[in-house]
Amino acid sequence: MSTTTRTRVKGGIGESVTRPDGVPKVQGDFAYASDLQAEGMLWGATRRSPHPFARITAIDIAPALAIAGVFAVLTHDDVPGRPTVGQIKPDRPVLAGGEVRYWGQPIAITAAEDAETARRAAAAIVIEYELLEPLTDLVKAQEQGEVFRHVRSLRGEPDSHGEIVVEGYYEMGTQDQAALGTEAGIAFPDGEGGVDLFAPSQWIHEDHGQIVASLGLRDEQVRVHPAGVGGAFGSREDLSLQVHLCLLALYTGRPVRMVYDRQESFAGHVHRHAARMWYRHEADSQGNLIRVEAKLLLDGGAYTETSPAVIANAVYFSIGPYRCPNVVIDGYAVRTNNPPSGAMRGFGAVQTCFAYEAQMDRLAAEIGIDPLELRLRNALGPGDQLPTSGQVITEPLPTVEVINVLRALPAPDLDVIDDPLHLPGGTGLTTTREGVVRGVGYAVGLKNLAFAEAFDDYAEARVVLTPQGVEVHTAAIEVGQGMVTVLQQIARSVLGTEHVVVLFDDTSRIGSAGSTSASRQTQMAGGAVFAAASAVRRAALQRVGGDDMDAQGVRRGGSLVATVEDLCAAGPVEETVRFRHPDTEEPDENGQGNLHVDFSVAAHRAVVDVDPELGLVRVVSIDAAQEVGTVLNPQSVVGQIEGGTMQGLGLAIMEELIFDKGIVRNANFTDYLLPTFLDAPPIASIVIEEPGNWGPFGAKGFSELPAISSGPAVMAAIRAATNQPLTRMPVRPEDIALSDS
Amino acid sequence: MKITLVVNREEREAAVHGPESLLFVLRERLGLLGAKDACLQGECGSCTVLLDGEAVCSCLVMAGDAAGSEVLTVEGLGTEDELHPVQAAFVEHGAVQCGFCTPGFLISTAHLLGHNPTPTTDEIREALAGNICRCTGYGAVLRAVESLAGERRS
Repeated sequence: MSTTTRTRVKGGIGESVTRPDGVPKVQGDFAYASDLQAEGMLWGATRRSPHPFARITAIDIAPALAIAGVFAVLTHDDVPGRPTVGQIKPDRPVLAGGEVRYWGQPIAITAAEDAETARRAAAAIVIEYELLEPLTDLVKAQEQGEVFRHVRSLRGEPDSHGEIVVEGYYEMGTQDQAALGTEAGIAFPDGEGGVDLFAPSQWIHEDHGQIVASLGLRDEQVRVHPAGVGGAFGSREDLSLQVHLCLLALYTGRPVRMVYDRQESFAGHVHRHAARMWYRHEADSQGNLIRVEAKLLLDGGAYTETSPAVIANAVYFSIGPYRCPNVVIDGYAVRTNNPPSGAMRGFGAVQTCFAYEAQMDRLAAEIGIDPLELRLRNALGPGDQLPTSGQVITEPLPTVEVINVLRALPAPDLDVIDDPLHLPGGTGLTTTREGVVRGVGYAVGLKNLAFAEAFDDYAEARVVLTPQGVEVHTAAIEVGQGMVTVLQQIARSVLGTEHVVVLFDDTSRIGSAGSTSASRQTQMAGGAVFAAASAVRRAALQRVGGDDMDAQGVRRGGSLVATVEDLCAAGPVEETVRFRHPDTEEPDENGQGNLHVDFSVAAHRAVVDVDPELGLVRVVSIDAAQEVGTVLNPQSVVGQIEGGTMQGLGLAIMEELIFDKGIVRNANFTDYLLPTFLDAPPIASIVIEEPGNWGPFGAKGFSELPAISSGPAVMAAIRAATNQPLTRMPVRPEDIALSDS
Repeated sequence: MKITLVVNREEREAAVHGPESLLFVLRERLGLLGAKDACLQGECGSCTVLLDGEAVCSCLVMAGDAAGSEVLTVEGLGTEDELHPVQAAFVEHGAVQCGFCTPGFLISTAHLLGHNPTPTTDEIREALAGNICRCTGYGAVLRAVESLAGERRS
């Protein structure tokens, strides 16, 4: 950081600056991927497998081609380059050829003069299958060696034991990101064999690499542009329709547009991994953890996607923010014929939080101490070793504080109101006040920030000072979270001027910003913008010998020595920086090493009302305490905490994608339930600001944490209300009403 | 067939084929892309418009049935120079994140406040229960709407 003085600027960091894209979004002018269209465009459609596992014995496209208005019908034979895609291991076919391995897998794509004709053409393709028995059981998959990655964490003395032992088995269902914008986009042939693609993404440079490989083109022939994203939450990390659109555009020589409907969207993106988890916690009589042993199975579905990274996170965050000297954890991401799993907010740390927090509550009950007291006795903080990888925590990690501030919150003064809107079952009028039982539960969650395990994690940004103002160029993706505002605020604060615009460049115009995931862009893209803006500031001061700058220009001793116009007479001041976070290491064979660069911790307290006879739950309130580093935009921070908390609430009591022998039974919003306004309780968000060591102005990432501990807190509250073990999330009415215990 | 309808106070004519929805015709024939296409089965409210003054999911209305009606979409809520108070409140209170649900919320909120200028918290929650937001957790939306209800009370 520069040692010169810095003027406070309007719209800089620390203010609840409103979003620059807020006005176009409320006017209906913001262009989402599904809004993009062009003169002369064709519509694309996809033919998908109705079977979870089958051999394809014949594909006849002639009936589709015979339909008037059809311009292309393409199959796996028409993929000119690498026939598969995937971030970590490209094993998912662009279009299935010899076999299909999951329900909804794409087999053929069509382009036609309108959407209906494209759909009819896709339906007219004749495909013959020889059905195979799908593998959908996680235990069987592991036994058969169908494993994408096995991660082991072995630390301390595996044979040591504590005098208090609690064992538990836990299950989690499959959650969908359910971003409201579906997969959609448009591809334009450039007339020279190349293509321009506009589609939702979380990392356009990663998409670009995969697309180029499958199209068999050179890097410079494909330009991937950022397109308006209607929510992501992990669902845009793996490719959906990108290669399909490019293939159709290149084949027909015309722009081709595709918009998935909701059912197709459920088939078109990865989901959060379902899990089965066996845990054994051992402690001394005071509740100090002595040993944790666990086996984790995550359902990776049919193809690799990001499962190898998700299972690593599940293992490294399998114990939570607690010290423990002796650890034996085995995690397996297994291959099945369920739809592929991948990234969703929390990325492996959600499944385990449900299990380890249930274990902590059981341990507290076994010892006879308050569950929060047990957590405080074991709370992980700076200077401690992460129990799984053994790395010493060097970043702020106020586990004790998040627990204490949550505990100090006054208990919500909430009578059971005898109004159906406030009762479980709502206006269905199923429940009377007399039958309602109330419970309070807590949970604490831990997760890493940014990429781990020696990944070369960087973000590039370009900052340009012109007489018209400052341009910030980035390929980082705004998915709705408000990164556009934060980058603008960082540049304003560094350069002392309010006149900053953030411009999202395509892959040909700027280097990668890395993924908008892993809670990383505030620190990574933000770090790059901070560094590039600081370089611009240094260069500007140097040009005219100044010591400070603001919207007018460069100053020395408070007086203006050069206006921005003077300064830029010789051309704009421009700097491009590639920012990297501190290095991480690869794990050794026991999962040990400095694997993670940073961490964040959060806790939730949930209050629930339950109708135990019908098994219905209403969340009365849920409060969050979270460590966030320096707050750059208070309104954004609260928005992320509230939104993430509600996704965790949904996971606890209503959200589950139902697989029946590999077939998705509820791929629509009528049957896949999302929390509505009436399910949303008041949320108090308590923010603990402790500046981090390497992010811009001490900022840290945090946006996944609210989705990690909120669901487990709701589950704990339901357990407290019903006195039932409830070891499955989401909890279903029958789990409560028909429980034997 | 061709239908005539008044959209955002302007008479418009549109070609309609078979069972196309009002949403499809607004978006694909009339170029009004504000109403959104998130679920296409009346569950999420992202396509909400006012049809003769009533808030409806335009994905569930046959375009042919809207012939002769008055339709208000998010594009007609404010003017080019000035945001409608509901639009301004959503921006100010951070009720817009990805924004895909926002047009539907704005129409539902404007409809609510048109009928009930001083709604209670529960009335707001019930009136907006047909609009799903995946980003905000509804807190900022509630604060935005309550700011308007408050203004109207005073």
